[in-house]
Amino acid sequence: MMAIPVLKASALTKRFGDFVAVNGVSFEIRPGEILGLLGPNGAGKTTTIQMLLGLVTPTAGSIHMFGLDLSTHREEILQQVNFSSTYISMPQALTVEENLCVVARLYGISDRARRVNDIIKKLDMEEFRSKTTRKLSSGQMTRLTLAKAFLTEPRILFLDEPTASLDPDIAEKIRLLLKEERQASGLSILYTSHNMREMEEMSDRIIFLQRGRIVAEGTAREIIDRFGKADLEEVFLKFAREQRQAS
Amino acid sequence: MKLHRITALLVRHLYLYRRSLPRIMEIFYWPFLDLVIWGFITLYLARYQSQVPGFVTFFLGALILWDMLFRSQQGITIAFLEELWARNLMNLFASPLKPSEFLTATMAMSVMKVTAVSIVMAGSALLFYSYNILIIGAWLMPFVLNLVITGWIIGVFTTSLIMRFGQEAEVLAWSMVFLFQPISCVFYPLEVLPTWLQVIAWANPAAHIFEGMRTVLSAGASPLGNLAWAVCLNGVFLVMVVAWFYRTVAYCKEHGLLVRVGE
Ligand SMILES: Nc1ncnc2c1ncn2[C@@H]1O[C@H](COP(=O)(O)OP(=O)(O)OP(=O)(O)O)[C@@H](O)[C@H]1O
Repeated sequence: MMAIPVLKASALTKRFGDFVAVNGVSFEIRPGEILGLLGPNGAGKTTTIQMLLGLVTPTAGSIHMFGLDLSTHREEILQQVNFSSTYISMPQALTVEENLCVVARLYGISDRARRVNDIIKKLDMEEFRSKTTRKLSSGQMTRLTLAKAFLTEPRILFLDEPTASLDPDIAEKIRLLLKEERQASGLSILYTSHNMREMEEMSDRIIFLQRGRIVAEGTAREIIDRFGKADLEEVFLKFAREQRQAS
Repeated sequence: MKLHRITALLVRHLYLYRRSLPRIMEIFYWPFLDLVIWGFITLYLARYQSQVPGFVTFFLGALILWDMLFRSQQGITIAFLEELWARNLMNLFASPLKPSEFLTATMAMSVMKVTAVSIVMAGSALLFYSYNILIIGAWLMPFVLNLVITGWIIGVFTTSLIMRFGQEAEVLAWSMVFLFQPISCVFYPLEVLPTWLQVIAWANPAAHIFEGMRTVLSAGASPLGNLAWAVCLNGVFLVMVVAWFYRTVAYCKEHGLLVRVGE
């Protein structure tokens, strides 16, 4: 029997004026599953994630997580969800540790000090835990936003290019950590990346978006075979070029 | 509302103030300087304008009370701007934090700021000009409370505008309150305004407080009427402006502006 999905997006649509950024997108994420969201620039990945986080109101369609409707159960859902993106930052004048403590308070975590300590160790952040965030390198900053996402022990994690600015060693560590977490706690992950090898390695299933629509869905292997390409990168290039020609 | 989410925001701002000299100066240095400069001007004018009774009392009292309104507004707007500058809004609005909790935290910040600034100004006035703000008497407390609420109203209004129109509207954080200053009748009575402006000023809760202050100081009479007006107007405007803030949040989510406001 198939597990009940932790996330179900149905006919999700977002229009900005006349422009349709996301067009009738439906998908599910099952417990412990890593779902890759792929697509060329402007395909609608970020808009989709922002709708899932309640930051952008869908024009049509619905979002359910843990069986609850996001439009009516925002607080309960967001308590169990977190995200990390290369595009966000955190208060610059606070130290790494202070920032994590604030997040721990925000999510009502008891035993804050221990949890912050654990996550700092887990992500190898000890050497810069007392640094002000302003002084972090971009890779360290990415680790901090990942730490804030892990800190709250979410059931679903949205990761927008989580390894983009990390060196290969740390990137590998993060990928391992993500796999371990989903093994240990059944964490479900929605993942975007422009690194196709990483996508193939990480994702159980992949969704391809092009101009706001889902154009392919399945395991990396299934998608590659379906389009008769050598690898995921070639499939990506096909969709990206089509999108560019159409616009 | 959850207290832990409100304290999270307060702790975040306290961390910030603890190690930022410019932010500390905003609380101690500028209000102090304001008082020193205006204090000397007041003393100078008092020499020649002795026919205006209680000139120093009016002027310095008004200055301190006006600063409370100003800092109350700043407490709200700057707290929001800090999140915008730090590109932290997405972290907050994608967390379980509710808009009501966000507003409550900024209001609490504003109360802390007003308290600190008031102590600095009242203390300096006493020290340098032997001026005791407490001569306003028991009315001082309801006056201050109402001015703080008027500050919140202007603060939430300004915050909504910045949220809606983005960083270009940032300058409003410092300028908006001064749009209200002429019609707040801080340093002069309402009757000196042209009639049409008096009508507008009458709808401004702060004008009633400053009128009330002059009533107490000059005639020793009860300013209950002024206070009642201020309380009613503040109540109505606060409800309106909070509703508007909620509408702005919804509008920004609709148009995808919440995540772009800092860009
Ligand atoms: N607030 C907005 N107002 C108008 N158009 C928007 C808004 N947000 C996004 N768009 C448009 O919607 C489309 C999808 O954008 P989105 O950021 O979701 O793409 P993406 O797949 O994440 O791209 P990238 O890989 O570059 O991050 C783009 O054409 C973008 O210009």
